[in-house]
Parts: sequence; C-alpha cells; structure tokens
Amino acid sequence: MERRANGINRLLKKAGRPVKLMEVCGTHTVAIFRHGIRGLFPGISFLSGPGCPVCVTSKRDIDCSILIAREPGVTLLTFGDMMRVPGALGSLNRARADGADVKVVYSPLDAVAAAEKQPDRKFVFFATGFETTIPLVAAALDMAHSLGLDNFFVYSVHKLVPPALRALLSAPDARVSLDGFILPGHVSAIIGPRPYGFLAEEFHIPAVVTGFEADEIMEGTLMLLEQIESGSARVEVAYKKVVRDAGNQTALSLMDRYFRPFDAEWRGIGMIPASGLRLKEQWAAMDAERVFKPHPPVSHEVSPGDGGCSCGDVLRGLKLPVDCRLFGSGCTPDHPVGACMVSTEGSCAAYFKYGPFIKRQTSGQ
Amino acid sequence: MCLAIPSKIISKNGFEATVDLYGARKKVSLMLLPEDASVGEYVLVHAGFAIQKIDEEAAKDAIGLIDEILKTLEQEDADSLQ
Ligand code: SF4
Repeated sequence: MERRANGINRLLKKAGRPVKLMEVCGTHTVAIFRHGIRGLFPGISFLSGPGCPVCVTSKRDIDCSILIAREPGVTLLTFGDMMRVPGALGSLNRARADGADVKVVYSPLDAVAAAEKQPDRKFVFFATGFETTIPLVAAALDMAHSLGLDNFFVYSVHKLVPPALRALLSAPDARVSLDGFILPGHVSAIIGPRPYGFLAEEFHIPAVVTGFEADEIMEGTLMLLEQIESGSARVEVAYKKVVRDAGNQTALSLMDRYFRPFDAEWRGIGMIPASGLRLKEQWAAMDAERVFKPHPPVSHEVSPGDGGCSCGDVLRGLKLPVDCRLFGSGCTPDHPVGACMVSTEGSCAAYFKYGPFIKRQTSGQ
Repeated sequence: MCLAIPSKIISKNGFEATVDLYGARKKVSLMLLPEDASVGEYVLVHAGFAIQKIDEEAAKDAIGLIDEILKTLEQEDADSLQ
C-alpha cells in the first residue's frame, strides 16, 4: 500500500500538474470516498462519470414504468433503488401509495417466481442496470420462456457502459478533458477489457479496470499515472482475480440471445447511439414496451436546467456535485431533486454522505 | 448497483446453489457461471446469480468494504419500502 502511495506521489510530482481521472462506477465513487483516497492525493481530481444505472434512467422511462404499473391486473417489480427516482408523473413509490401494485425484488428470478405462482396476473419486471445486471435479466427471460409463462414481461431500460464513454469523449459542445479512466470492476467481469479498446486507440486515453479495495484502487491509479508519465495509452486490468480477458462468455451469449442494442436516452446526457438494450423481435411477447405500449402524456426532452439540477454536467465530469447550487440545501438524499441524489451510489449522494471529510475540490473546468 | 458480493458455496444441486452471504443462506443460480464451481469454493454473487468464480483469498479481502456498502444499500431499500 505504502509502495503504491509513494509511487503515485512521485509520479504526480513529476507530472507537475493536476491529473484528472474519471471513475465510471458508483461503487468506485463510494469506495474512493470510503478509503479516503481523495484526501491522500490532492493532486488528483477524481471525477464521477455516468456510473450509476439508476441515475441515468430517463424521466420518460420512469413515467412509462408508472403507466404500466397503473394497468389493471399488473404487478410491476423492480430493484429497490428505482422506487424514489422522480419522473414527471412522480415516482414508483408515489404510484404505489396511490394504489398501483409495485414490488421491490432482490433478483429478477423473484419476478419469474411471482409470475409462476399467479398465472392470472401479469408481472412486469422494470429492468435497469449495466452489463453486470443485464445477463441476469436475460437468464430470467430464459427461465420464463422455458417454463412457458405468458404472464411475465420485461421493460428494459438497460444501458451499456462503453458507448456512454465514447459519447462523453466525443460530445461536440462540452467535452471533458481527462487524463485517464478507472474502469468498473464488475461490469468488466462480464464484458472483459476489450470493448474499451477505443479509449486508447481512438482517444489516446489510458484506462485501467480495477477492484474496490483501497490497494486495488491505488494499484489502478498507479498504473494510470505510469501510462500518463510514459505518454502511452492502453487498457490494462488491475483486477485479474475477477476480470478475465474474454469476460464472461456464458453471460454474454445469453444477453445476446435476448437483447439487441438501440439508441437510448440517458438522463441528463441525452440520446446515445446504440447504448441501450431492448428485447429482440422474436421475444416481442415478453417485451412490456410492445405489449403495454405506454405513452407518457408529455415528452421529456432532457433539460439540463431541470429545476436547477446539474446532474447532466455532474455525470459528464464537467461539474462536481458541490458546484451545484442546490447541493445540500435544496437537494438532499431525503428530498432529492435529481437522480444523482437518489441512489446511494449516485455522485451527489456520495458527496453528501462523505462531503464533510473532503476538502472542496473544483472540477477545474 | 453493479456490486457483486463474494460468497461461499455451501451446497449445490445442478444449476442451483446455496451460498453463505454474510451468515445468511441464500439460493443462487449458477447458470451464468462460465466455469464449474464446487462446494467450498467462492463466487461473486449479484442479485441472485453467481457471475464469476474467485479464489478464497480474494473473496476474504473484499468482504470488509463490501459489507459496508451493502449495509448502506440495505438501509436505502428499507427506506424506500417505508
Ligand atoms: S445536487 Fe441535486 S440538484 Fe444538484 S446536480 Fe446533484 S442531484 Fe441534481
């Protein structure tokens, strides 16, 4: 640990300028705070990218889930984090208070089990998540299919990490300037390091996949600084005990069996080409979007000035949560304005929880 | 949300296993596991599925931090159920 800290400090000194690294995993955001890593290396700005699937679920998708939940004879099931995320029609929590049947499940398999138990009700799983979670939903679909269930549906708002990173780096208006990426450990356990190759090849930005322990994050940071110092750009793995080169092929092939990419809207960021997954045509009978055809009354363009919320800029690394004028006053975890404050792993919530222990850093933009 | 938790396999029946997840017994599916895992070995568990096999040492290292994050998440789930 000390060797790594010394190495990092030596390379920072050599660089002679602040270094900007972005982590794109909510668990990393929380872990970096928890381990006090920010305080150890004031020369590094750790920016939190779009690393939390809850925070990037669009208002329109929340509204669609609410509309589906309000259908008679329907039970909507989802992960606990989604309950409080505000859409234009309120939240799922609100919908439940108003009488809709909304349930929190631990696993997508619980949703299949519920559907199997009550064949006369329709069960819709509202599926959010990155590559770590998507194969699980594919497995649930597979199970429902093999059980022959006709009352199990999935509303898929799954998102893919690599296209979002590409979008961040190619945004024509507000492009973040970064020295390196700390890549997510458990997303990469599924996809492996290869899909990030373009970061190095096209954008010449170093990237390292790492774990969540203090020494793993420091090892990853050290590897990034070594690349920065030598002027090279590669995708490396500092988390070999979990991330294999080919990823998890069993999970990937199941994902591919059920889903296909489409252009998806990311809250606060906008439309990103081929960054979402929806059910393939052949599974249309299980696709809640096709079956229930929800039409939210208003169209929700992404408005960065959503009630003064700067989530979009925070997710793109252009601002830190503390730069938002609502942070901690108008917006707190108990009364969140934006989705980044709702989820425990959202950047704003992490800053709120650990904020008193950090010195104010500016994003330098 | 993409957090996977190291757990030890206690018993196994085809593609289903019972794991020890912080002292609690949980049933998990092994259908996404790319390699075979036996009783006594460790796997990373995410929302009811084992997604990768890991060695015992790595599993034990990871437990402290993950425990903390898990507690925060459970608290949030409890809050959202109120
Ligand atoms: S502090 Fe609240 S209002 Fe400001 S960016 Fe974060 S979530 Fe949005």
